[in-house]
Amino acid sequence: MSSWLDYTINGLIVGNVYALVAVGLALIFGVSRLINFAQGSIYLVGAYIGWVAVVQLHTPLPLTIIVVAVAAAIVGLIIERFGLRPLQNSVRIAPLLATIGISFVLDQLVMLTFSPNPRALPSQLPDVRFQVGGGTIGPLDLLIAGVGLTSALLLFVFLRYSKLGWAVRATAQDRDAAMQMGVDVNHVNQAVFGIAAALGGVSGLLVGMYYNQIDTAMSLQATLKGVVAEVVGGAGNVPGAVIGSLLLGLVESYGVAVFGTSYRNLFAFLLLVIVLVLRPNGLFASARQAPPEPLTGTFIAPSRPVRIPRWALLVTAGVFAILPFFPVSFYVLQTLINAWLLGMLALSLTLVAGTVGQVSLGHAALLAIGAYTSALLSLTLSVPVGLAIIAGGLMSAALGTLLISPSFRLRGHYVSIATLAIGEIVSLVILNWESVTRGPIGISGIPPLSLFGYDLVSPTSIYWFSFVVLVVLALLQGRLLGSHLGRSFRAIRDDDIAARAYGLGLNRYKSLAFIFGGFAAGVSGGIAAHLYSYINHETFNTQQSILALTVVILGGLGNVVGAIVGAVALVGLPEVFRIAAEYRILIYGIVLLLLVRFRPQGLLGTI
Amino acid sequence: MAEQHTPMLSLRGLTRRFGGLTAVDAIDLDLTKGELISIIGPNGAGKTTLFNLVTGLDRPDAGKVSFEGQDITGLSPERLAAGGIARTFQLGRVFGNLSVMDNVLIGAHTRLRAVKPAVPVIGPLLELGLALLRPASVRAEEERLREEVKAILARFGERLLPRIDQPAYSLSYANRRRVEIARALALKPRLLLLDEPTAGMNPTETAEMQGLVAELKAEGLTILLIEHKLEMVMRLSDRVIVMDEGKKIAEGPGEVVRGDPKVIEAYLGHGLSETPERESVV
Repeated sequence: MSSWLDYTINGLIVGNVYALVAVGLALIFGVSRLINFAQGSIYLVGAYIGWVAVVQLHTPLPLTIIVVAVAAAIVGLIIERFGLRPLQNSVRIAPLLATIGISFVLDQLVMLTFSPNPRALPSQLPDVRFQVGGGTIGPLDLLIAGVGLTSALLLFVFLRYSKLGWAVRATAQDRDAAMQMGVDVNHVNQAVFGIAAALGGVSGLLVGMYYNQIDTAMSLQATLKGVVAEVVGGAGNVPGAVIGSLLLGLVESYGVAVFGTSYRNLFAFLLLVIVLVLRPNGLFASARQAPPEPLTGTFIAPSRPVRIPRWALLVTAGVFAILPFFPVSFYVLQTLINAWLLGMLALSLTLVAGTVGQVSLGHAALLAIGAYTSALLSLTLSVPVGLAIIAGGLMSAALGTLLISPSFRLRGHYVSIATLAIGEIVSLVILNWESVTRGPIGISGIPPLSLFGYDLVSPTSIYWFSFVVLVVLALLQGRLLGSHLGRSFRAIRDDDIAARAYGLGLNRYKSLAFIFGGFAAGVSGGIAAHLYSYINHETFNTQQSILALTVVILGGLGNVVGAIVGAVALVGLPEVFRIAAEYRILIYGIVLLLLVRFRPQGLLGTI
Repeated sequence: MAEQHTPMLSLRGLTRRFGGLTAVDAIDLDLTKGELISIIGPNGAGKTTLFNLVTGLDRPDAGKVSFEGQDITGLSPERLAAGGIARTFQLGRVFGNLSVMDNVLIGAHTRLRAVKPAVPVIGPLLELGLALLRPASVRAEEERLREEVKAILARFGERLLPRIDQPAYSLSYANRRRVEIARALALKPRLLLLDEPTAGMNPTETAEMQGLVAELKAEGLTILLIEHKLEMVMRLSDRVIVMDEGKKIAEGPGEVVRGDPKVIEAYLGHGLSETPERESVV
């Protein structure tokens, strides 16, 4: 009995922390219809500033909170001013990609400054527990509840009684009308980003103290949890975000109570997917709302693709095909093998995100499914590696499409959230389904690549193998784009309502795109598994999803040649310039930001 | 025998509410084969909402929609498109990054047969396979449809044909409206719903469009038209329906409706002129 009270208290406290993140997300969504994927990074920054203040400057608790809130708010203002304001009049995909890029840059800056190792963030409160009914409660619990309630109260007073608060609410209701009435929308955005960042930063500090540990992986988790809470409460709905957070906290806490700690996140993401599918406007929205406004802007930047003459493509492909005959180092071949594997993933993502407009952030899950299928088939059933890789591709196509299908009725940002969550679910299932996936131990001793009984172990043979697979997939995809399916996919991307009015069922055509794309990604994952010989649930992570997305944007959305050029550029250039590995992700993030700002159609143009 | 008496499209008590607002209020309508009915009325009268209810983009709260005697209330837009209902959109919804050719080919999507075999369950997979393999039958079908698209575009004179490979986003506003109508015609519709086809067009362009709609009517196409340019409405319509605040306030031949005091009040009482350009901005 008593432990249930403990779990309830724990759920409410954790929910309070989520609320600080979710309220910020709701405010930002309210005024700019944007899901800020960088919110978790601000939370991370808050936690580390708190660590500096507590451990190095020995600030007293009230001062720590103020320092963190102010510093985080400044970060929020910088993001608004330099990351998002320049994109105000650009296509709708731009701010979405920008917040993803900002999130990566911030996370990497924190990681480079403080190293990825976890650090202890001591609570500055006495470690005592009070008996409450049958459970216990500590001073930190009370502090978190106090901060949560105080900020809710301050926010309420601000929105209700201050002039700027009115402006925020007016902008959230009707941005254009507010602008015409003289509301300075930039000012409103600044205020909202400042407040959201301050809340997020303090939340990071409190969580760090609560678990007595901070590390750089906190960022993505916080974004995900905040987004879950916000979407459950109804995007843009501030009180809804608070209730959604408490609900999420309770669901997780009870889930942990029944199934164990490693299931915590699984419950959060399942809750998200269920809400997105059943009530995409949140639990508290009326069941039927007015149909969405006709979309005036297009989702992606209109552009004319750069035409590359066929002979130039043939010559380039020929040069790469005969490259191993020249005296090139193994190092060059190895780099290009990595580029070919990334190219396969990028082909898959450019079809899904570029051609059909479903910006997937969980694409690495398709790699994982292909890799695990191929590895397990060849290890446990002794299936020949070539066949196992194809089976991996088919499994990714089938299972990936099935898993992603709940997101088919969603649009824009929601697709990204859902795919991010589905990607996390896949990783958590791999972690927890020990009887099949061997859980956290991972799979070792995966047989090397082989074809018709011949082992492909020399770098040259692996190079040729992956190059041929890439070229075949690219040719197939080019053929697909030239068929009626190519124009159908692009029509759905440009205007799904008009597409439906002309007989294009969204489920059918999005499924076909994911089936084809899932196959390419699964094959890439399968080959990778046999190259690495060891995989676990973290081998294929969100970083790879974001890397693939950067490749796709760099090459041009939907552009097959662009995906391969982008992969070679992003894998090759850091090698050419001898950039240390730990700086690479940072550079990918910066490249993504610069592209979104200055060349949203990518190098070779959107198709 | 029933064909003579069954209307092509029949609406009974069709109602749609948004919160406290009744956008479409108990509308009855019968449209017989080959007939052209115009729906007019001030802004916010519920005309476009009515179109959305008929074409499945929105579901009614009450009432019934029948097409050729079959109840189609609440069917999905893709089903209705396959059934032969095509529409254009008030604000113009072309596929911006697709060429004019591809835009119009999408209109013919429901008529694809060779590449979309009607096989249950594995039909979509066959479609993917056929799209990749492209056997002769699929190539022939695609070629035939391309020729057909060119013939449809030729109906717009030299407006669209020279721009056939240009992306739709690069077209003028009037040309985008034309692409929409061409796309609707490529569906070979049995019922065509046109939502302000001349919005934003100058008098010459409007006259061209009026000529085209008259041709379509002469060819026997059944048409439901939302239009603000009264001259065009008067010339083309067999009957005119006037809507205001969701309700049907008048119905009948153009000349009769035009003199109806309720109609005059609906327009003037709302302080709106009949100038169509103002309407199209909203």
